[in-house]
Amino acid sequence: MGMTIVEKILAKASGQKHVKPGDVLEPKIDVAMSHENAALVINQFNEVYKGTNYEPEVWDPSKIAIIFDHRVPAESSKTATNQKKIRDFVKKNGIKKFHDIRSDEGGICHQILAEYGYIKPGYVVVGTDSHTTTHGAFGAFAFGIGATEMAAGWTLGRILNVEVPETIKVVINGKLPENVYPKDLILYLIGKISAQGANFKVLEFHGEVIKNMSQSGRLVLCNMAVEAGATSGIVPADEETVRYLREAGVKENLDFYNADEDAKYCQVVEINADELVPQIACPHTVDNVKPITEVLGKKIDQIVIGSCTNGRIDDLEIAASILKGNKVSQGTRMLIFPASWNIYKQAMKKGFLEVFSDSGAIIMNPGCGCCLGVHQGALGDGEVALSTTNRNFKGRMGNPKGEVYLCSPAVAAASAITGEISAPEKISMKGGIN
Amino acid sequence: MGKVIYIFEKDISTDHIYPGRYMATVLPTETPQFCFADMTELNKNLNDNKYPAGSVLIAGENFGCGSSREQAASTIKGHGLEVIAKNFARIFLQNSINLGLNLITCPDIEANLDDEIEIFEDKVINKTTGNEFKVVPLPPARKAIVEAGGLIPYTRKKLLEEKSK
Repeated sequence: MGMTIVEKILAKASGQKHVKPGDVLEPKIDVAMSHENAALVINQFNEVYKGTNYEPEVWDPSKIAIIFDHRVPAESSKTATNQKKIRDFVKKNGIKKFHDIRSDEGGICHQILAEYGYIKPGYVVVGTDSHTTTHGAFGAFAFGIGATEMAAGWTLGRILNVEVPETIKVVINGKLPENVYPKDLILYLIGKISAQGANFKVLEFHGEVIKNMSQSGRLVLCNMAVEAGATSGIVPADEETVRYLREAGVKENLDFYNADEDAKYCQVVEINADELVPQIACPHTVDNVKPITEVLGKKIDQIVIGSCTNGRIDDLEIAASILKGNKVSQGTRMLIFPASWNIYKQAMKKGFLEVFSDSGAIIMNPGCGCCLGVHQGALGDGEVALSTTNRNFKGRMGNPKGEVYLCSPAVAAASAITGEISAPEKISMKGGIN
Repeated sequence: MGKVIYIFEKDISTDHIYPGRYMATVLPTETPQFCFADMTELNKNLNDNKYPAGSVLIAGENFGCGSSREQAASTIKGHGLEVIAKNFARIFLQNSINLGLNLITCPDIEANLDDEIEIFEDKVINKTTGNEFKVVPLPPARKAIVEAGGLIPYTRKKLLEEKSK
Protein backbone atom coordinates (compact mmCIF):
# COMPACT_ATOMS: atom_id res chain seq x y z
CA MET A 1 0.00 0.00 0.00
CA GLY A 2 1.35 3.43 -0.96
CA MET A 3 1.70 6.34 1.41
CA THR A 4 0.57 9.97 1.48
CA ILE A 5 3.12 12.76 1.98
CA VAL A 6 2.50 13.02 5.70
CA GLU A 7 2.72 9.25 6.12
CA LYS A 8 6.13 9.30 4.42
CA ILE A 9 7.37 12.15 6.60
CA LEU A 10 6.15 10.44 9.76
CA ALA A 11 7.68 7.12 8.73
CA LYS A 12 11.07 8.73 8.24
CA ALA A 13 10.87 10.81 11.44
CA SER A 14 10.01 7.66 13.42
CA GLY A 15 12.51 5.30 11.80
CA GLN A 16 9.79 3.15 10.23
CA LYS A 17 9.56 1.76 6.71
CA HIS A 18 5.82 2.06 6.45
CA VAL A 19 3.10 3.66 8.50
CA LYS A 20 -0.66 3.83 8.18
CA PRO A 21 -3.46 5.91 9.74
CA GLY A 22 -3.95 5.07 13.41
CA ASP A 23 -0.36 3.94 14.02
CA VAL A 24 1.06 5.53 17.14
CA LEU A 25 4.51 7.07 16.74
CA GLU A 26 7.04 9.29 18.46
CA PRO A 27 8.39 11.34 15.54
CA LYS A 28 11.53 13.46 15.94
CA ILE A 29 11.02 17.21 15.81
CA ASP A 30 12.88 19.33 13.25
CA VAL A 31 11.53 22.71 14.33
CA ALA A 32 9.70 23.56 17.57
CA MET A 33 8.20 27.05 17.49
CA SER A 34 6.63 29.16 20.21
CA HIS A 35 5.71 32.80 20.66
CA GLU A 36 4.78 34.65 23.86
CA ASN A 37 3.18 31.45 25.15
CA ALA A 38 6.71 30.12 25.59
CA ALA A 39 6.21 31.60 29.08
CA LEU A 40 3.80 28.75 29.81
CA VAL A 41 6.02 26.23 27.99
CA ILE A 42 8.94 27.21 30.26
CA ASN A 43 6.73 26.70 33.31
CA GLN A 44 5.62 23.23 32.13
CA PHE A 45 9.18 22.33 31.06
CA ASN A 46 10.45 23.07 34.57
CA GLU A 47 7.57 20.97 35.96
CA VAL A 48 8.77 17.96 33.93
CA TYR A 49 12.17 18.16 35.62
CA LYS A 50 10.75 18.70 39.11
CA GLY A 51 11.96 16.06 41.57
CA THR A 52 14.30 14.39 39.06
CA ASN A 53 17.77 15.55 40.26
CA TYR A 54 18.45 16.80 36.71
CA GLU A 55 18.79 20.41 35.66
CA PRO A 56 16.23 21.38 33.01
CA GLU A 57 17.97 21.20 29.64
CA VAL A 58 16.41 21.56 26.17
CA TRP A 59 17.16 18.69 23.81
CA ASP A 60 18.53 20.86 20.98
CA PRO A 61 18.61 24.67 21.16
CA SER A 62 19.23 24.92 17.40
CA LYS A 63 15.79 23.44 16.66
CA ILE A 64 13.77 25.70 18.91
CA ALA A 65 12.36 28.92 17.47
CA ILE A 66 10.84 31.65 19.64
CA ILE A 67 9.30 34.68 18.00
CA PHE A 68 7.48 37.54 19.74
CA ASP A 69 4.41 38.54 17.75
CA HIS A 70 1.15 38.15 19.64
CA ARG A 71 1.39 41.26 21.76
CA VAL A 72 4.19 43.48 20.44
CA PRO A 73 5.23 45.82 21.91
CA ALA A 74 3.72 44.50 25.14
CA GLU A 75 0.17 45.68 25.85
CA SER A 76 0.48 45.02 29.59
CA SER A 77 3.05 44.65 32.32
CA LYS A 78 2.11 40.97 32.50
CA THR A 79 3.04 40.37 28.85
CA ALA A 80 6.23 42.41 29.22
CA THR A 81 7.22 40.31 32.24
CA ASN A 82 6.51 37.09 30.30
CA GLN A 83 8.62 38.36 27.40
CA LYS A 84 11.44 39.18 29.83
CA LYS A 85 11.25 35.68 31.34
CA ILE A 86 11.43 34.18 27.84
CA ARG A 87 14.45 36.35 26.87
CA ASP A 88 16.29 35.11 29.96
CA PHE A 89 15.45 31.50 29.06
CA VAL A 90 16.59 32.00 25.45
CA LYS A 91 19.92 33.38 26.63
CA LYS A 92 20.48 30.69 29.24
CA ASN A 93 19.68 27.86 26.81
CA GLY A 94 21.45 29.28 23.76
CA ILE A 95 18.35 29.30 21.56
CA LYS A 96 19.41 30.71 18.20
CA LYS A 97 16.16 31.12 16.27
CA PHE A 98 14.97 33.89 18.54
CA HIS A 99 13.25 36.95 17.06
CA ASP A 100 12.75 39.78 19.50
CA ILE A 101 10.69 42.98 19.14
CA ARG A 102 13.10 44.54 16.64
CA SER A 103 12.70 45.96 13.15
CA ASP A 104 15.75 44.07 11.88
CA GLU A 105 14.44 40.57 12.71
CA GLY A 106 10.85 40.70 13.89
CA GLY A 107 7.45 39.74 12.56
CA ILE A 108 4.67 37.21 12.87
CA CYS A 109 6.03 33.79 13.84
CA HIS A 110 4.75 31.96 10.75
CA GLN A 111 6.09 34.61 8.40
CA ILE A 112 9.48 34.57 10.13
CA LEU A 113 9.75 30.75 9.93
CA ALA A 114 9.01 31.04 6.20
CA GLU A 115 11.17 33.98 5.21
CA TYR A 116 14.21 32.89 7.22
CA GLY A 117 14.13 29.50 5.49
CA TYR A 118 13.73 27.64 8.79
CA ILE A 119 11.26 25.11 7.30
CA LYS A 120 12.30 22.57 4.68
CA PRO A 121 10.36 19.91 2.80
CA GLY A 122 9.98 16.69 4.78
CA TYR A 123 10.36 18.37 8.18
CA VAL A 124 8.25 17.63 11.25
CA VAL A 125 7.30 21.06 12.58
CA VAL A 126 5.37 21.73 15.77
CA GLY A 127 4.28 25.08 17.12
CA THR A 128 2.32 26.25 20.12
CA ASP A 129 0.05 28.05 17.71
CA SER A 130 -2.83 26.52 15.81
CA HIS A 131 -1.78 28.21 12.55
CA THR A 132 1.43 26.17 12.49
CA THR A 133 -0.40 24.31 9.71
CA THR A 134 0.96 27.16 7.52
CA HIS A 135 4.26 25.34 7.00
CA GLY A 136 2.67 22.47 5.17
CA ALA A 137 3.13 24.87 2.24
CA PHE A 138 6.77 23.69 2.22
CA GLY A 139 5.86 20.03 2.00
CA ALA A 140 6.45 19.65 5.74
CA PHE A 141 4.19 18.03 8.33
CA ALA A 142 3.41 21.00 10.53
CA PHE A 143 0.83 21.11 13.31
CA GLY A 144 -0.25 23.07 16.33
CA ILE A 145 0.20 21.74 19.85
CA GLY A 146 -0.32 23.01 23.40
CA ALA A 147 2.28 24.33 25.79
CA THR A 148 2.63 21.11 27.81
CA GLU A 149 3.13 19.05 24.65
CA MET A 150 5.83 21.54 23.63
CA ALA A 151 7.46 21.15 27.06
CA ALA A 152 7.62 17.38 26.38
CA GLY A 153 9.12 18.18 22.97
CA TRP A 154 11.77 20.48 24.44
CA THR A 155 12.68 17.69 26.88
CA LEU A 156 12.83 14.70 24.56
CA GLY A 157 13.01 16.10 21.00
CA ARG A 158 10.04 14.00 20.02
CA ILE A 159 6.31 14.38 19.99
CA LEU A 160 4.84 11.63 22.12
CA ASN A 161 1.97 9.44 21.06
CA VAL A 162 1.24 10.92 17.64
CA GLU A 163 -1.45 9.04 15.83
CA VAL A 164 -0.91 8.95 12.07
CA PRO A 165 -3.79 11.03 10.68
CA GLU A 166 -5.96 10.15 7.73
CA THR A 167 -5.57 12.36 4.67
CA ILE A 168 -8.18 14.13 2.55
CA LYS A 169 -7.04 14.79 -1.02
CA VAL A 170 -8.15 18.18 -2.28
CA VAL A 171 -7.84 18.58 -6.04
CA ILE A 172 -8.25 22.08 -7.43
CA ASN A 173 -8.31 22.29 -11.20
CA GLY A 174 -8.97 25.11 -13.63
CA LYS A 175 -7.68 28.63 -13.10
CA LEU A 176 -8.48 31.23 -10.47
CA PRO A 177 -10.48 34.01 -12.19
CA GLU A 178 -9.41 37.64 -11.97
CA ASN A 179 -9.96 39.11 -8.49
CA VAL A 180 -10.19 35.62 -6.97
CA TYR A 181 -7.28 34.65 -4.73
CA PRO A 182 -6.03 31.71 -2.64
CA LYS A 183 -7.92 33.24 0.32
CA ASP A 184 -11.20 32.91 -1.59
CA LEU A 185 -10.32 29.34 -2.46
CA ILE A 186 -9.61 28.26 1.11
CA LEU A 187 -12.70 30.06 2.45
CA TYR A 188 -14.76 28.26 -0.20
CA LEU A 189 -13.27 24.90 0.83
CA ILE A 190 -13.92 25.53 4.54
CA GLY A 191 -17.51 26.52 3.75
CA LYS A 192 -17.89 23.35 1.71
CA ILE A 193 -16.49 20.83 4.21
CA SER A 194 -17.32 22.79 7.44
CA ALA A 195 -15.29 23.93 10.44
CA GLN A 196 -14.85 20.32 11.53
CA GLY A 197 -14.74 18.72 8.08
CA ALA A 198 -11.07 17.82 8.45
CA ASN A 199 -10.86 17.38 12.26
CA PHE A 200 -7.92 15.01 13.06
CA LYS A 201 -7.12 14.81 9.32
CA VAL A 202 -4.63 16.25 6.84
CA LEU A 203 -5.66 18.29 3.81
CA GLU A 204 -3.29 17.42 0.95
CA PHE A 205 -3.59 19.94 -1.91
CA HIS A 206 -3.22 18.98 -5.56
CA GLY A 207 -4.29 20.14 -9.02
CA GLU A 208 -3.39 22.71 -11.67
CA VAL A 209 -4.23 25.68 -9.48
CA ILE A 210 -1.81 24.49 -6.77
CA LYS A 211 0.97 23.75 -9.28
CA ASN A 212 0.67 27.29 -10.65
CA MET A 213 0.29 28.93 -7.26
CA SER A 214 3.07 31.04 -5.70
CA GLN A 215 4.57 29.99 -2.38
CA SER A 216 2.75 32.92 -0.80
CA GLY A 217 -0.62 31.55 -1.96
CA ARG A 218 0.22 28.07 -0.71
CA LEU A 219 1.00 29.56 2.70
CA VAL A 220 -2.53 31.06 2.74
CA LEU A 221 -4.15 27.68 1.98
CA CYS A 222 -2.20 25.72 4.59
CA ASN A 223 -2.53 28.52 7.16
CA MET A 224 -6.30 28.21 7.17
CA ALA A 225 -6.43 24.41 6.94
CA VAL A 226 -6.89 24.45 10.71
CA GLU A 227 -10.14 26.39 10.27
CA ALA A 228 -11.58 23.20 8.79
CA GLY A 229 -10.23 21.42 11.87
CA ALA A 230 -7.28 19.90 9.97
CA THR A 231 -4.24 18.68 11.87
CA SER A 232 -2.26 20.09 8.96
CA GLY A 233 -2.48 21.20 5.36
CA ILE A 234 0.22 20.10 2.95
CA VAL A 235 1.32 21.01 -0.58
CA PRO A 236 3.81 18.76 -2.41
CA ALA A 237 7.14 20.59 -2.60
CA ASP A 238 8.26 21.49 -6.14
CA GLU A 239 10.40 23.99 -8.04
CA GLU A 240 8.38 26.90 -6.60
CA THR A 241 9.20 25.71 -3.06
CA VAL A 242 12.87 25.49 -4.01
CA ARG A 243 12.81 28.96 -5.60
CA TYR A 244 11.34 30.46 -2.41
CA LEU A 245 13.78 28.70 -0.10
CA ARG A 246 16.82 29.60 -2.24
CA GLU A 247 15.72 33.23 -2.14
CA ALA A 248 15.43 32.86 1.62
CA GLY A 249 19.10 31.82 1.62
CA VAL A 250 18.75 28.06 2.00
CA LYS A 251 21.75 26.42 0.32
CA GLU A 252 21.56 22.79 1.36
CA ASN A 253 20.09 19.96 -0.72
CA LEU A 254 16.34 19.61 -0.35
CA ASP A 255 14.57 16.26 -0.08
CA PHE A 256 11.08 16.06 -1.52
CA TYR A 257 8.25 13.72 -0.75
CA ASN A 258 5.30 13.14 -2.97
CA ALA A 259 2.34 10.89 -2.42
CA ASP A 260 2.45 7.41 -3.98
CA GLU A 261 0.10 6.69 -6.88
CA ASP A 262 -1.72 4.18 -4.70
CA ALA A 263 -1.73 6.27 -1.51
CA LYS A 264 -4.94 5.86 0.44
CA TYR A 265 -7.17 8.87 1.09
CA CYS A 266 -10.21 8.88 3.34
CA GLN A 267 -11.95 11.40 1.08
CA VAL A 268 -11.35 13.26 -2.18
CA VAL A 269 -12.69 16.78 -2.63
CA GLU A 270 -12.64 18.30 -6.12
CA ILE A 271 -13.02 21.99 -6.83
CA ASN A 272 -13.22 23.74 -10.18
CA ALA A 273 -11.57 27.12 -9.66
CA ASP A 274 -12.98 28.58 -12.89
CA GLU A 275 -16.35 29.13 -11.25
CA LEU A 276 -15.17 30.80 -8.03
CA VAL A 277 -16.08 34.34 -7.04
CA PRO A 278 -14.69 36.25 -4.03
CA GLN A 279 -15.83 34.59 -0.79
CA ILE A 280 -16.74 36.11 2.57
CA ALA A 281 -16.78 34.24 5.90
CA CYS A 282 -19.63 35.80 7.87
CA PRO A 283 -20.01 36.00 11.67
CA HIS A 284 -19.43 34.05 13.87
CA THR A 285 -17.85 30.93 12.34
CA VAL A 286 -15.22 30.59 9.62
CA ASP A 287 -17.37 28.07 7.76
CA ASN A 288 -20.28 30.51 7.44
CA VAL A 289 -19.00 31.32 3.95
CA LYS A 290 -21.02 33.14 1.30
CA PRO A 291 -20.22 34.36 -2.20
CA ILE A 292 -19.59 38.11 -2.03
CA THR A 293 -22.74 38.78 -4.04
CA GLU A 294 -24.83 37.83 -0.98
CA VAL A 295 -23.22 40.38 1.36
CA LEU A 296 -22.46 43.33 -0.92
CA GLY A 297 -23.26 46.66 0.68
CA LYS A 298 -22.74 45.60 4.31
CA LYS A 299 -21.50 48.70 6.17
CA ILE A 300 -18.00 48.31 7.63
CA ASP A 301 -16.45 50.23 10.54
CA GLN A 302 -12.96 48.70 10.53
CA ILE A 303 -10.97 47.18 7.68
CA VAL A 304 -7.92 45.08 8.58
CA ILE A 305 -5.21 43.85 6.24
CA GLY A 306 -2.57 41.68 7.84
CA SER A 307 -1.96 38.51 9.89
CA CYS A 308 -0.15 35.25 9.22
CA THR A 309 -2.78 34.63 6.55
CA ASN A 310 -2.66 37.75 4.38
CA GLY A 311 -0.01 40.25 5.43
CA ARG A 312 2.64 39.40 2.84
CA ILE A 313 4.11 41.66 0.18
CA ASP A 314 1.82 40.39 -2.60
CA ASP A 315 -1.19 41.09 -0.34
CA LEU A 316 0.04 44.63 0.29
CA GLU A 317 0.71 45.09 -3.42
CA ILE A 318 -2.89 44.15 -4.29
CA ALA A 319 -4.19 46.52 -1.62
CA ALA A 320 -1.92 49.35 -2.77
CA SER A 321 -2.91 48.92 -6.42
CA ILE A 322 -6.57 49.31 -5.45
CA LEU A 323 -6.07 52.12 -2.92
CA LYS A 324 -3.73 54.24 -5.07
CA GLY A 325 -5.35 57.60 -5.74
CA ASN A 326 -8.35 56.66 -3.56
CA LYS A 327 -9.34 57.50 -0.01
CA VAL A 328 -10.54 55.25 2.78
CA SER A 329 -14.22 56.11 3.22
CA GLN A 330 -15.02 58.63 5.97
CA GLY A 331 -16.51 56.75 8.90
CA THR A 332 -14.44 53.67 8.15
CA ARG A 333 -10.96 53.12 9.55
CA MET A 334 -8.35 50.92 7.93
CA LEU A 335 -5.48 49.17 9.73
CA ILE A 336 -2.62 47.55 7.84
CA PHE A 337 -0.26 45.15 9.60
CA PRO A 338 2.62 43.94 7.41
CA ALA A 339 3.39 40.36 8.48
CA SER A 340 7.07 41.10 9.16
CA TRP A 341 9.51 44.00 9.26
CA ASN A 342 11.13 42.60 6.15
CA ILE A 343 7.79 42.99 4.37
CA TYR A 344 7.32 46.43 5.91
CA LYS A 345 10.63 47.55 4.39
CA GLN A 346 9.83 46.06 1.00
CA ALA A 347 6.50 47.89 1.07
CA MET A 348 8.33 51.09 1.96
CA LYS A 349 10.73 50.72 -0.99
CA LYS A 350 7.95 49.91 -3.42
CA GLY A 351 5.95 52.95 -2.37
CA PHE A 352 3.03 50.99 -0.89
CA LEU A 353 3.31 52.60 2.53
CA GLU A 354 3.01 56.03 0.93
CA VAL A 355 -0.11 54.91 -0.94
CA PHE A 356 -1.60 53.61 2.33
CA SER A 357 -0.86 56.75 4.32
CA ASP A 358 -2.13 59.01 1.50
CA SER A 359 -5.38 57.02 1.48
CA GLY A 360 -5.97 57.50 5.20
CA ALA A 361 -5.09 53.93 6.26
CA ILE A 362 -3.06 53.44 9.44
CA ILE A 363 0.18 51.50 9.02
CA MET A 364 0.70 49.40 12.13
CA ASN A 365 3.82 47.70 13.38
CA PRO A 366 4.24 44.10 12.17
CA GLY A 367 2.72 41.49 14.48
CA CYS A 368 -0.56 39.68 15.08
CA GLY A 369 -2.20 43.00 15.92
CA CYS A 370 -5.94 42.99 16.44
CA CYS A 371 -6.48 39.50 14.94
CA LEU A 372 -6.76 37.92 18.37
CA GLY A 373 -8.36 40.88 20.11
CA VAL A 374 -5.68 41.71 22.63
CA HIS A 375 -4.58 45.16 21.52
CA GLN A 376 -4.25 47.53 18.55
CA GLY A 377 -7.73 47.82 17.08
CA ALA A 378 -10.57 46.51 19.25
CA LEU A 379 -14.12 46.89 17.95
CA GLY A 380 -16.76 49.00 19.65
CA ASP A 381 -20.18 47.61 20.61
CA GLY A 382 -22.15 46.83 17.46
CA GLU A 383 -19.21 47.56 15.16
CA VAL A 384 -18.40 45.48 12.10
CA ALA A 385 -14.93 44.56 10.84
CA LEU A 386 -13.92 43.22 7.45
CA SER A 387 -10.56 41.55 7.78
CA THR A 388 -8.02 39.47 5.88
CA THR A 389 -7.26 37.55 9.08
CA ASN A 390 -8.30 33.96 9.73
CA ARG A 391 -10.91 33.88 12.51
CA ASN A 392 -14.25 35.56 13.12
CA PHE A 393 -15.36 33.88 16.36
CA LYS A 394 -17.54 35.93 18.66
CA GLY A 395 -15.27 38.23 20.65
CA ARG A 396 -12.28 37.53 18.45
CA MET A 397 -11.47 41.19 17.74
CA GLY A 398 -11.70 42.12 21.39
CA ASN A 399 -15.47 42.58 21.72
CA PRO A 400 -18.22 39.93 21.83
CA LYS A 401 -20.63 42.69 20.74
CA GLY A 402 -18.72 43.20 17.48
CA GLU A 403 -18.84 41.26 14.22
CA VAL A 404 -15.96 40.09 12.00
CA TYR A 405 -16.22 39.21 8.31
CA LEU A 406 -13.22 37.58 6.59
CA CYS A 407 -12.09 38.21 3.02
CA SER A 408 -9.16 38.56 0.61
CA PRO A 409 -6.90 41.66 0.56
CA ALA A 410 -8.52 42.76 -2.73
CA VAL A 411 -12.02 42.77 -1.23
CA ALA A 412 -10.71 44.48 1.93
CA ALA A 413 -9.06 47.29 -0.07
CA ALA A 414 -12.04 47.78 -2.38
CA SER A 415 -14.40 47.88 0.60
CA ALA A 416 -12.21 50.41 2.42
CA ILE A 417 -12.88 52.90 -0.36
CA THR A 418 -16.65 52.48 -0.30
CA GLY A 419 -17.06 51.79 3.44
CA GLU A 420 -19.15 48.72 2.66
CA ILE A 421 -18.46 45.21 1.38
CA SER A 422 -17.60 45.74 -2.29
CA ALA A 423 -16.29 43.63 -5.15
CA PRO A 424 -12.77 44.57 -6.32
CA GLU A 425 -13.79 44.91 -9.98
CA LYS A 426 -16.20 47.70 -9.08
CA ILE A 427 -13.33 49.96 -8.02
CA SER A 428 -11.81 52.05 -10.80
CA MET A 429 -8.07 51.66 -10.87
CA LYS A 430 -6.48 55.08 -11.12
CA GLY A 431 -3.18 53.57 -12.15
CA GLY A 432 -0.87 50.86 -10.92
CA ILE A 433 2.14 51.17 -8.67
CA ASN A 434 5.55 52.18 -10.18
CA MET B 1 -22.96 12.64 39.57
CA GLY B 2 -23.36 16.27 38.53
CA LYS B 3 -25.94 18.72 37.32
CA VAL B 4 -25.99 20.22 33.84
CA ILE B 5 -25.13 23.90 34.30
CA TYR B 6 -24.88 25.01 30.68
CA ILE B 7 -25.73 23.78 27.19
CA PHE B 8 -23.58 25.03 24.31
CA GLU B 9 -24.23 25.00 20.60
CA LYS B 10 -21.67 23.56 18.13
CA ASP B 11 -18.31 25.14 17.22
CA ILE B 12 -17.55 26.70 20.60
CA SER B 13 -14.01 28.02 20.10
CA THR B 14 -11.21 28.52 22.58
CA ASP B 15 -11.91 32.26 22.15
CA HIS B 16 -15.29 31.61 23.81
CA ILE B 17 -13.75 29.48 26.53
CA TYR B 18 -10.80 31.75 27.24
CA PRO B 19 -10.87 35.08 25.33
CA GLY B 20 -7.64 36.21 23.68
CA ARG B 21 -7.31 39.32 25.78
CA TYR B 22 -6.54 37.19 28.85
CA MET B 23 -3.77 35.24 27.15
CA ALA B 24 -1.05 37.01 29.11
CA THR B 25 -2.34 35.02 32.09
CA VAL B 26 -0.88 31.56 31.66
CA LEU B 27 -0.56 29.69 34.95
CA PRO B 28 -3.21 27.01 35.62
CA THR B 29 -3.59 28.49 39.12
CA GLU B 30 -4.62 31.86 37.63
CA THR B 31 -6.59 30.99 34.48
CA PRO B 32 -9.87 29.82 36.12
CA GLN B 33 -11.00 33.42 36.83
CA PHE B 34 -11.39 34.07 33.07
CA CYS B 35 -13.36 30.92 32.24
CA PHE B 36 -16.00 31.89 29.63
CA ALA B 37 -15.20 35.51 30.52
CA ASP B 38 -17.41 37.01 27.80
CA MET B 39 -20.43 35.08 29.08
CA THR B 40 -20.79 37.35 32.06
CA GLU B 41 -23.32 35.39 34.09
CA LEU B 42 -21.70 31.99 33.64
CA ASN B 43 -18.30 33.47 34.48
CA LYS B 44 -19.66 35.15 37.60
CA ASN B 45 -21.39 32.00 38.82
CA LEU B 46 -18.22 29.99 38.29
CA ASN B 47 -16.11 32.52 40.16
CA ASP B 48 -18.68 32.70 42.99
CA ASN B 49 -18.32 28.90 43.34
CA LYS B 50 -22.02 28.38 42.68
CA TYR B 51 -21.34 25.11 40.88
CA PRO B 52 -19.80 22.19 42.78
CA ALA B 53 -16.97 20.18 41.21
CA GLY B 54 -18.39 17.55 38.87
CA SER B 55 -20.95 19.95 37.39
CA VAL B 56 -21.51 19.27 33.73
CA LEU B 57 -21.18 21.30 30.54
CA ILE B 58 -23.01 19.86 27.54
CA ALA B 59 -21.75 20.82 24.08
CA GLY B 60 -22.40 20.14 20.42
CA GLU B 61 -19.83 19.23 17.79
CA ASN B 62 -16.33 20.65 17.50
CA PHE B 63 -16.06 21.98 21.06
CA GLY B 64 -12.72 23.75 21.58
CA CYS B 65 -12.02 24.64 17.96
CA GLY B 66 -9.58 27.39 17.06
CA SER B 67 -6.52 28.53 18.94
CA SER B 68 -4.09 26.12 20.63
CA ARG B 69 -4.13 28.13 23.87
CA GLU B 70 -3.82 25.65 26.70
CA GLN B 71 -5.52 28.10 29.05
CA ALA B 72 -8.83 26.88 27.57
CA ALA B 73 -8.23 23.47 29.14
CA SER B 74 -6.72 24.67 32.42
CA THR B 75 -9.50 27.21 33.01
CA ILE B 76 -12.21 24.50 32.83
CA LYS B 77 -10.12 22.08 34.87
CA GLY B 78 -9.68 24.74 37.55
CA HIS B 79 -13.44 24.74 38.15
CA GLY B 80 -13.62 20.94 38.29
CA LEU B 81 -16.16 20.80 35.46
CA GLU B 82 -16.97 17.78 33.31
CA VAL B 83 -17.40 18.42 29.58
CA ILE B 84 -19.61 16.14 27.50
CA ALA B 85 -19.67 16.98 23.79
CA LYS B 86 -20.73 15.34 20.56
CA ASN B 87 -17.06 15.67 19.61
CA PHE B 88 -14.01 17.82 20.31
CA ALA B 89 -11.51 19.72 18.17
CA ARG B 90 -8.11 18.02 18.05
CA ILE B 91 -5.77 20.44 19.81
CA PHE B 92 -8.21 21.15 22.65
CA LEU B 93 -8.79 17.42 23.16
CA GLN B 94 -5.04 16.77 23.31
CA ASN B 95 -4.41 19.74 25.63
CA SER B 96 -7.12 18.53 27.98
CA ILE B 97 -5.71 15.02 28.10
CA ASN B 98 -2.23 16.42 28.68
CA LEU B 99 -3.47 18.42 31.67
CA GLY B 100 -5.67 15.64 33.04
CA LEU B 101 -9.01 17.28 32.18
CA ASN B 102 -11.44 14.50 31.42
CA LEU B 103 -13.43 15.07 28.22
CA ILE B 104 -16.33 12.82 27.32
CA THR B 105 -17.12 12.28 23.66
CA CYS B 106 -20.76 11.30 23.44
CA PRO B 107 -22.20 11.79 19.94
CA ASP B 108 -25.83 11.15 20.92
CA ILE B 109 -25.96 13.03 24.22
CA GLU B 110 -29.31 14.58 25.07
CA ALA B 111 -29.74 16.62 28.23
CA ASN B 112 -31.47 19.71 29.56
CA LEU B 113 -30.38 22.30 32.04
CA ASP B 114 -30.35 20.96 35.63
CA ASP B 115 -30.54 17.28 34.54
CA GLU B 116 -28.54 14.96 36.77
CA ILE B 117 -25.78 13.23 34.83
CA GLU B 118 -23.73 10.22 35.84
CA ILE B 119 -20.57 9.50 33.86
CA PHE B 120 -19.02 6.05 33.44
CA GLU B 121 -16.08 4.96 31.32
CA ASP B 122 -18.28 3.56 28.56
CA LYS B 123 -21.56 5.42 29.00
CA VAL B 124 -23.31 8.51 30.26
CA ILE B 125 -26.61 8.17 32.12
CA ASN B 126 -29.05 11.05 32.26
CA LYS B 127 -30.63 10.23 35.61
CA THR B 128 -33.38 12.79 35.08
CA THR B 129 -34.65 11.33 31.81
CA GLY B 130 -33.42 7.79 32.41
CA ASN B 131 -31.64 7.67 29.04
CA GLU B 132 -28.22 6.11 28.47
CA PHE B 133 -25.69 7.25 25.88
CA LYS B 134 -22.56 5.49 24.62
CA VAL B 135 -19.16 7.11 25.16
CA VAL B 136 -16.53 6.97 22.41
CA PRO B 137 -13.42 5.60 24.13
CA LEU B 138 -10.12 7.47 23.90
CA PRO B 139 -7.60 5.94 21.49
CA PRO B 140 -4.97 3.88 23.38
CA ALA B 141 -2.20 6.43 22.66
CA ARG B 142 -4.13 9.10 24.51
CA LYS B 143 -5.35 6.78 27.23
CA ALA B 144 -1.75 6.04 28.21
CA ILE B 145 -1.25 9.72 29.03
CA VAL B 146 -4.44 9.86 31.08
CA GLU B 147 -3.36 6.76 33.01
CA ALA B 148 0.01 8.36 33.77
CA GLY B 149 -1.82 11.33 35.30
CA GLY B 150 -1.13 13.71 32.42
CA LEU B 151 1.66 14.51 30.01
CA ILE B 152 4.06 15.98 32.58
CA PRO B 153 4.43 12.77 34.64
CA TYR B 154 4.36 10.74 31.39
CA THR B 155 7.26 12.79 29.99
CA ARG B 156 9.14 12.73 33.29
CA LYS B 157 8.99 8.94 33.30
CA LYS B 158 10.37 8.80 29.73
CA LEU B 159 13.10 11.30 30.63
CA LEU B 160 14.22 9.22 33.61
CA GLU B 161 14.21 6.06 31.49
CA GLU B 162 16.45 7.75 28.92
CA LYS B 163 18.81 9.22 31.52
CA SER B 164 19.27 5.80 33.14
CA LYS B 165 20.26 4.15 29.83
